[in-house]
Amino acid sequence: MPESQNRIHLAVALDGAGWHPAAWREPDARPLDLFTPAYWVEQVQQAERGLIDFVTIEDSLRLQSDDPLEPDARTDRVRGRLDATLIAARVAPVTSHIGLVPTAIVTHTEPFHLSKAIATIDYASTGRAGVRVQTDTRADTNAHFGRREIQPLRREDVAAIASPEVQQRLRDSFDEAAAYVEVLRRLWDSWEDDAEIRDVATGRFIDRDKLHYIDFESRWFSVKGPSITPRPPQGQPIVAALGHATVPYQLIARSTDVGFVTPHDAAQATAIVAEIRAEQEAAGRANDTVHVFADLVVFLDDTREQAASRRQRLDERAGADYTSDALVFTGTPSELADLLLDWQAAGLSGYRLRPGTVPHDLARITNALVPELQRRGAFRTSYEASTLRGLLGLPRPSNHYRDHDHDHPATTTTTTAADVA
Amino acid sequence: MSRPRKQVHLAAHFPGVNNTTVWSDPAGGSHIEFSSFAHFAQTAERGKFDFLFLAEGLRLREQGGKLYDLDVVGRPDTFTVLAAIAAVTEHLGVTGTINSTFNEPYEVARQFASLDWLSGGRAAWNVVTSWDAFTGENFRRGGYLPQDQRYERARTFLQTAIELWDSWKGDEIVADKETGRFLSTPDAGSFAHTDAHFDIAGQFNVPRSPQGRPVIFQAGDSDEGRDFAAAQADAIFTGHATFEAGQVFYADVKGRLARFGRTPDQLLILPAATFVLGDTDAQAAEIAHEVRLQQVSPATAVAFLEQLWNTDLSGLDPDGPLPDFDPVVSDVAGLISKGRASVRQFAKDPIGLANQWRELAAAKHLSAREVVVEVTGRQSFVGSADTIATAIDRSVQEDASDGFILVPHITPGGLDRFVDEVVPLLQERGVYRTDYEGSTLRENLGLAPVGAARTVPATA
Repeated sequence: MPESQNRIHLAVALDGAGWHPAAWREPDARPLDLFTPAYWVEQVQQAERGLIDFVTIEDSLRLQSDDPLEPDARTDRVRGRLDATLIAARVAPVTSHIGLVPTAIVTHTEPFHLSKAIATIDYASTGRAGVRVQTDTRADTNAHFGRREIQPLRREDVAAIASPEVQQRLRDSFDEAAAYVEVLRRLWDSWEDDAEIRDVATGRFIDRDKLHYIDFESRWFSVKGPSITPRPPQGQPIVAALGHATVPYQLIARSTDVGFVTPHDAAQATAIVAEIRAEQEAAGRANDTVHVFADLVVFLDDTREQAASRRQRLDERAGADYTSDALVFTGTPSELADLLLDWQAAGLSGYRLRPGTVPHDLARITNALVPELQRRGAFRTSYEASTLRGLLGLPRPSNHYRDHDHDHPATTTTTTAADVA
Repeated sequence: MSRPRKQVHLAAHFPGVNNTTVWSDPAGGSHIEFSSFAHFAQTAERGKFDFLFLAEGLRLREQGGKLYDLDVVGRPDTFTVLAAIAAVTEHLGVTGTINSTFNEPYEVARQFASLDWLSGGRAAWNVVTSWDAFTGENFRRGGYLPQDQRYERARTFLQTAIELWDSWKGDEIVADKETGRFLSTPDAGSFAHTDAHFDIAGQFNVPRSPQGRPVIFQAGDSDEGRDFAAAQADAIFTGHATFEAGQVFYADVKGRLARFGRTPDQLLILPAATFVLGDTDAQAAEIAHEVRLQQVSPATAVAFLEQLWNTDLSGLDPDGPLPDFDPVVSDVAGLISKGRASVRQFAKDPIGLANQWRELAAAKHLSAREVVVEVTGRQSFVGSADTIATAIDRSVQEDASDGFILVPHITPGGLDRFVDEVVPLLQERGVYRTDYEGSTLRENLGLAPVGAARTVPATA
């Protein structure tokens, strides 16, 4: 099915009982089920019934806290979570079309482990895996690992966020993330697709000339390779990142397939997309597809008044007005459709919607917003592809190691549509 | 006089990346597609097996500086494939071998706690340590640990993980919508641990999982390994053993438990076992011989001899005699075979071993390949279904084991016939379940529930 000009992509961001801190107290919330597999399977299957491109699953290597820098002592919020990568793996065999994009913290984990984990989800889902990479330099998280010296972001650093010193620290942390993604990508390509030959005559299971050491060196880690897991079905699973400023935009531009951003109006969206495109150009990726998705927190009801009063009730229960890095939308599915189509002109590929509460707002997305967009010819009416790359209009990439001199790996493994044409 | 008949425990080892697995058989399927894992796991569940077992290998093996290409190569990530298997099974335990050398306790503890939640209480951890810097080259925290520190790190790693799992008691989540209390205490998950290997503190972020903690396996055969198992493990995974050697091992390990304040029923002994099933014992023996020849192809025979001789033998005729020169003596680090634990024994006395093999060849008039067939892993059980059921039952009743972790040689269908033919015979004998007793792996293994936090005693 050809991509219609104004067709948009939709992702849903899953996190606990929803994004509002009082979401777990709603009558339809099931806070005691948050740690059961059925809870996650039902949410993803609900999103799949709405033909959503992919779900993301939030994660962290610490207990949640409202404070951006430190633990809090709150007992009135959802606390505790399951490993997002394992949730995605658990959901994979019982879904069929929707993409699965867990969050992974790159600051404290092993790129070798994560690469094979995402490849394995790609096998278990037959081509629907991705990963959203996230840095975490908080002191409390670091203390859970105790392995490295990290200069955590303090309150005074946040106050001086634009200072050269703080900017340099941010850059270091995101440079490590870029190196991490580079290792993921090289490991996914470290087996050529036809490396397994099963040649009974010579007794060889593989053609070892089609497996490649990645020999990655950096100041944070070195990884030899090859992966222990053969190249996954998509070749390269999707890599995504969330950004709010120039340094993370650079990561989006140089390393990812999908960037999540948080404009609060169409003009900001235009400016952010332009900045990411410029950074792509600077990174030599001007011809690569990098989808930019705007994040929105959504509270959806049949009327604007209903939505507003529901949000007010939630805010009262939470004891504070809800704020977010992303724009918080409160209104009807039809009004949200207006906004999504209006902002699209900024060059956005789509939106990652964060349901204010689950199941309510997730159901409104799939049962009301999606049909509204379909009526306007702006959203698919059936899944047009069986892989996440396919849903995002990305071809299966050729293998970096097949196309390049094996002894001199290039600095990027990303490929363009032209490579496979 | 007679005690009640012991119940046999059975588990299924997904065919490994070694020459036990016959990939060249026409029935041999994918080792990486999820459909193979689903078939294998669902067959094991149909046979009421306790669990599926996955081994680990974090670097592709090499020989002579090249990737080893004669065995199955490639495997999935352990945690994620087990989580996916949990989606296509209801009762089968999911046991992962996870290294304590190239991981950190916080991450592994939350992965196992998550797997336990996502499988409804079916997770198990086979705790292993890595022995070489070769594998470490794939990791940020790569590097080599001397033998005496390996078990120490494994012990303290596991101790730390247990503290993390126990940091949630299980009653913290109240989720009272009216009062707005989600947690009963802000201190849920608080922990602090300091020792020579780990210095960590904070809050664990996965609430107490259905089993409290995963079932713990240990797989080492050394004295330290046996003590480690006797102190901390729920089950021990041993190598191929004869009936008599199995009895000796069983008595030794069960005998150690008292020193750690534990009783013999708190540690299951589950050896790995291969099998070849035929319509008759004679037919099974014939098939077994064919399987041995498939497992030891001419190229595999030469490669295996290279591991002992520690040099290139590419000119060797596998159907001719063994090399007439002695092996190249080296320490473990200098061996041409990398990433293969089994070659460590070759570094001890390679010339003596080569002489033994030459004597064997002379006595039985064997070619080089036939020697390899003779000296490498034999099938544990060969025979008709009745013969195999009898042998398994005897092994359990006479205390050579508490059951077996079966290692089929065909992926993914290698378990099918065993489940169809041997399992019913064990059920008829009254020594094997006809349905799962419990909902968690711990219950199905007959292990007591995890109680209050227990402290692991220091090395006895």
